[in-house]
Amino acid sequence: MSLYAVIFYVLGLVILTATGLAVTRRQPVHAVLYLIVAFSGTAALFFMLGAPLLAVFMVIIYAGAIMVLVLFVIMLFQRSPHEIGLLPQWGPATLLGAVFLAVAVITVFKDPGSSVVLQGAVAQPRDFGRFLFDRYWLAVEIVSILFLVALVAIIHLGKRRDTEEIEKCPSSHPSPPRGERKGEGVIYHKEEHP
Amino acid sequence: MIVPLGHVFLLAGLVFAMGLVCLVARRNLIMTLIGVEVMMNAAAIAFVAAALRWQLMEGQVFVLFILAVSAAEISLGLALVVSVYRRTGSIDPDRYDILKW
Repeated sequence: MSLYAVIFYVLGLVILTATGLAVTRRQPVHAVLYLIVAFSGTAALFFMLGAPLLAVFMVIIYAGAIMVLVLFVIMLFQRSPHEIGLLPQWGPATLLGAVFLAVAVITVFKDPGSSVVLQGAVAQPRDFGRFLFDRYWLAVEIVSILFLVALVAIIHLGKRRDTEEIEKCPSSHPSPPRGERKGEGVIYHKEEHP
Repeated sequence: MIVPLGHVFLLAGLVFAMGLVCLVARRNLIMTLIGVEVMMNAAAIAFVAAALRWQLMEGQVFVLFILAVSAAEISLGLALVVSVYRRTGSIDPDRYDILKW
């Protein structure tokens, strides 16, 4: 067993443990922290499998940006949403997951190609970038359009509407005009009306 | 000389199954989104391993697109969760009954 194999199994163990802990936590904050460990392990795995640029992206985008975004959204909720339990159907759901896993494992190991030992190779970031913008530039542009659409949708969803406030508490005082409420970061703001 | 391809796929399958269970069984919408992220992570591992196996860079390019799509998906999903929390005061999907009469 080579050194690479040992590193792979250790990394795999770390990823599996961290992911398993993450999906079973009751507090979303703890889940996110475990998930950061899992994504960092995945980044190291990518580095070993010859994708250094993707490893860096994994750390920056997944473990950095996305997880921090989720953390901030969790902090936006006033009441910590940890008391929600499992669905009553969690048993069948776990069973389905196990069946899926068994079928996948059988399929993978039935294939003779699965025992092929991977040969080490590295895609240098320079070659990767050239390849990407040479052959898949259109897909990159489409992804940028996707980001634009997502941005517009998020701004539209995040906009605060006054009608919701009236809907929410019909008996209370009507909410103040729009201009005054700008820049409010609190989601579920209870106002004291004198 | 690293490991057999099947072992990497096994790791990806295990992570994917965990994400699937998390997606289906949890009742917290944020945990549901985290389950989707875990599944995408598993798909990325499988793609990188396949790219190394056949020495093709297309697999790595696809992982890049997976990263982009999952970033867009998680931000939009979280915006939806926040918006629906504002309307109903809960992030339990069982309690969304505005459309019922």
